[in-house]
Formats: sequence, C-alpha cells, structure tokens
Amino acid sequence: MNPVYYLYLAALLFTIGATGVLIRRNAIVVFMCIELMLNACNLAFVVFSRMHGNLDGQIIAFFTMVVAAAEVVVGLAIIVSLFRTRHSASVDDASLMKL
Amino acid sequence: MSPQLAAYTTSTGEAFQFWVLGTVAVIGALSTVFMKKAVHSALSLAGTMIILAVFYLANGAYFLGIVQIVVYTGAIMMLFLFVVMLVGVTAADSLKETIKGQRWLALLCGVGFGVLLLAGIANASLKQFNGTGQANANGNVQGLAALIFTKYVFAFEITGALLITAAVGAMVLTHRERTERPKTQRELAEQRVREGKHVPPLPAPGVYARHNAVDVAGLLPDGTPSELTVSKTLRDRGQVRDVSTEALNDLRALEQRAEERLERTPVEPAHRKQSEEASK
Repeated sequence: MNPVYYLYLAALLFTIGATGVLIRRNAIVVFMCIELMLNACNLAFVVFSRMHGNLDGQIIAFFTMVVAAAEVVVGLAIIVSLFRTRHSASVDDASLMKL
Repeated sequence: MSPQLAAYTTSTGEAFQFWVLGTVAVIGALSTVFMKKAVHSALSLAGTMIILAVFYLANGAYFLGIVQIVVYTGAIMMLFLFVVMLVGVTAADSLKETIKGQRWLALLCGVGFGVLLLAGIANASLKQFNGTGQANANGNVQGLAALIFTKYVFAFEITGALLITAAVGAMVLTHRERTERPKTQRELAEQRVREGKHVPPLPAPGVYARHNAVDVAGLLPDGTPSELTVSKTLRDRGQVRDVSTEALNDLRALEQRAEERLERTPVEPAHRKQSEEASK
C-alpha cells in the first residue's frame, strides 16, 4: 500500500466535515464538524512529514492542535452564552447580533 | 523490509490496519454528521479521533499520537460533552428546512468538493516517501523539541499568548455579574403573600401520580397533571414525562402475555363486541 492513501482518507474526512457544517444546524454539531476538518488536516500534515522525511509537518500539526484547543474554548463559551439568552443552540435562531 | 522499499510502500500489517481502521474512521465521521442527537455525534467523533491517533503513531509521529489522545479525546471532546449536557441532551435538531433544498445543495457541494480534492491528490506526483526513520533517529520528542525551541520559537511564544487570551475570553463570555442583591428568603415569602398566589411551597413532583420521578407531573385532585410540580429547568427543556397511558399499556401487555401462555388466539374486536351485547 502506498502511504498516499492516508492523504485520500484525510481528504475524505475533510469533505465529510465540510458537508456536516453545511447540513447541520445545531451549533454544537457544526462545531464538532469543524474539529473533524482540523483533524483531517492534521493527518495530512503528519503524512507530509513522513513524505519529506523531516519533522516540520508534525510541528505544524502540533500548532494546529493548540489553536484548535483555544478555538474550542472560545466557541463553546459563545454557544453557552447564546443558549442562555435564546434557550436554543440552533444557528438559525442566532440571526441577530443583539437579543 | 529494506529502507529503500519502505519509501514506496508500507508493510502488510500497516496496510491491513489502514483499511480496517480507515473504514471505521469514515463511518465514525459520517455518524458524527448524521446522528440526530449531539451526544451520539460527540461519541462518534471521539472514536474517529482515537483512530487518527493510531494513524499518527503508524506514521512515526509518536508524540503527536499521544497528544491527540490526551488533548483531543481527553480534553476537547469531554468539554464538548460538558456543553452538550449543559445545553440539554434531548435538544434534538429541528429537521425543518428553512431554505428550500438546502440539504441537497449542501450534499452536492460536498460531493463536488470531495471529487476536486481527491482528483488533486491523485494528479500530484507523490511517489517518493522518505519515511521518518532518519528524522526520528534521535527520538521523536527530542527532534520536535529541537525544532520548536529553535526554528519555531516565535510561533511557540505567540501560541502561549493565544492560549491565555482564549482562557480570559472564555471567562469573560460566560461570567455574569449580578447587578442586584439576591432576595432573601424572608423577602421572597413576603412577596408571595403580597401577590396572593402560591403562598405555600410548590407541590412536589409525582404526588398522587403513579410515579414519583422528578420528571413526572403530580396530579391535581381532579386527576389532571400540574406542570407546576416539575422543576423549571425540565419544563423549559420540554422533558415533562406523561405516564397517564402507561397503566393501560401495562395491562394490555399483561393480557397479551397471558393469552400467549394459554395459547389462545387474540380475541377479535368484533367478537368481543358480540359477546358484550350477548351479556347485555
């Protein structure tokens, strides 16, 4: 098996995540789909690192993980405060910046 | 396997692992998107992330594989589960489309995007794989550390600033300052008497009902369920349970079981009506 198949898997996971962002309207599930896309990118980076024989790709994947962690913290805080004011986690209801 | 061959192909074991776990990962990703409840989505995503961690390990990224399990499935997914519990487990997605045909268009876009991506990878010349054997010679963690603290040290420090900002931001977003003094118990009691409604405490759930679970509304003397007996949180989530038909269902199931044991055919409704008329 050629290691390129890992890249195909990463592309497939990224596509599934992107489709989920477009289809789902529960803000939490949309967020999980974004996480899936980030993970797919990480897999691609790790495979690139193997391809080129150096560790730079793994470093980039590591930074992606850190940014994802920060993003999750802020995003979930926004979802929680939206739920408090609107009593719903649907992205359709959050059409206005104010209440 | 010689290192020259490893550049182009993986071992049979890794290929087997890839095909088995890759299938499971794709199934997990699909169920993340298509499961109706957010908890099921979160658990599927956690499974997919663990499989990705195994793939990192297989690709020579030992440190990242462990970090993936500790940070992603351990911390981030548990944070997701916390928020799902906070927002309400049963808060299912509304399946009504607000934009007509949006779902099919989204699927079409996804398929088109996927075809583009896969075709791009298929056309790229990715024949040469060097393998991480050389880079990992002095240990994967040591190699990563040498890079982080020399070439990427500036990015690493900015990452620290980003994490602090995120933590402060999360606290600012979710913290609520109390603008007025909370009412004491005495003031609340006086207010209830002044308003003249519900002077005694609220009734407990399940009183006079067949169940005393907290999500079962208590019955008023005339037999109607009273919403007031259920906690406000459950009422807001729409989780008040109705057990008024359960007794009859239990009885029906019991009758059916008895008939099965006695090997009788179920009584036809028309037949029963006739026998009722005859008894009259």
